Amino acid sequence: MDLSTLRYAESHEWAKLDGSLVTVGITQFAVDQLTDVTHLQLPKVGAAVTAGQAFGEIESVKAVFDLNAPVTGEVVEVNSKLATDPSPINADCYEAGWMLKVKLAAGANLDHLMDKARYDEQAASDGH
Amino acid sequence: MTNLRTALYDWHASHGGRMVPFAGWEMPVQYTGIVAEHQAVRTSAGVFDISHMGRLSFPGKDVLPFLEDIFTNSVASMKLDQVRYGLVCNDRGQILDDVLIYRWPYGYSMVVNGANRTKIVAWLEAHVAGRDVAVADLTLETAMIALQGPKSLAIAAGLFDVDPSTLKYYYAAPALYCRQPCVVSRTGYTGEDGLEVIVPKDLAVTLWSEIVERGALPCGLGARDTLRLEAAMPLYGHELDETIDPVQAGLGWAVKFDKPFLGREAIQARDAHRPVRVGLALDGKRAAREGSTILLGGQAVGRVTSGSFAPTLDRPVAMGYVAPPYTKPGLTLDVDIRGTATPATVVALPFYKRAK
Repeated sequence: MDLSTLRYAESHEWAKLDGSLVTVGITQFAVDQLTDVTHLQLPKVGAAVTAGQAFGEIESVKAVFDLNAPVTGEVVEVNSKLATDPSPINADCYEAGWMLKVKLAAGANLDHLMDKARYDEQAASDGH
Repeated sequence: MTNLRTALYDWHASHGGRMVPFAGWEMPVQYTGIVAEHQAVRTSAGVFDISHMGRLSFPGKDVLPFLEDIFTNSVASMKLDQVRYGLVCNDRGQILDDVLIYRWPYGYSMVVNGANRTKIVAWLEAHVAGRDVAVADLTLETAMIALQGPKSLAIAAGLFDVDPSTLKYYYAAPALYCRQPCVVSRTGYTGEDGLEVIVPKDLAVTLWSEIVERGALPCGLGARDTLRLEAAMPLYGHELDETIDPVQAGLGWAVKFDKPFLGREAIQARDAHRPVRVGLALDGKRAAREGSTILLGGQAVGRVTSGSFAPTLDRPVAMGYVAPPYTKPGLTLDVDIRGTATPATVVALPFYKRAK
């Protein structure tokens, strides 16, 4: 996966555009903050998601965090295997750990998201 | 105010320790991962920097009556080299701290929670009341390392002039490490066999490195919390605070009502209907966290004080306080987890007990 083809939200979700479908997951930075994922709550197929708003939650031994949609649209596919085994998120967050596929709403795009360089910069200053 | 750093700070930071502020110190919350570190302690051995804990000693001939006055457990009946757990309470019987007292040939010392060190030192000094005893805070000159897990004693063999495997549980020994005086005790906060060692701070890195080289996995506060939670050990600021008395916290075994101590009468006079500590095993995978409401039939009956996914039990567990009628093991309650009522079964504590 060429990470420079992805776009990034401030809240550490990534988005990959393929035509009008966007695949969504969380970044390695987020995975490192979370550590071992124990639980994941994802929306159902057909659910509407709005950029910047929560679509689910992710929980680790340490804490629980909202998952925020990087784009606006309709959920057309969910990686439902993660509900029983979230370990692909820790192992491979950009490929096997993908969470949703979203069909972009009319007029919606990824312009508000950061490119890899800007995201890396932001994550570095965020880092603790 | 900047946080304090233990003698092991540089080691933690340069070996993958993720540093966080805790109790006024910079401490590692994890290295390789909380679950991996937790499992290492349960199956092998892990090593923790616990230098943030307060280490006090009490020079002066009146130390015994002084401690007897402010400690809920019996000091006078302690044997030489014994270590005893108990509470220090205010005059309303509410817990100021949970502490360990060590009895030595020359006197006594005490280990207190890092978060309470300043509070307890000031409070103890204020309660000397003209007796010939002083409170000496040795925390900043020393370091403390916990080695925990079934392989601990094998790892520690030969490190000290004393053989720690001869120590009984909750006994300590003055010992030499690199020819300098240290303290080794067979105590811990994980529910596993193990040792806690107090060394002069200049020896901390040497001892820690030697223990790691011998196969103990560096562990942080994250695993320390999941381990003590499974063992149902209370944590000050969660199960214990200045609104809670020892009996409702389930620590009546650490209180000797047949001797006078500050807060005794107040504890005995506490309301019989006050909430009592309980253990809950939750359905599903979502963890209850501190502050979550405990419900029965939609009515609030208590609150969670600690909760997490428990790696050894492979399910979320929680401790909290509920009204006395709802503490019966087997009873199904609910915990409100971010708006969803999640079934939770009352279970007898501890959640985990090591095989003997």
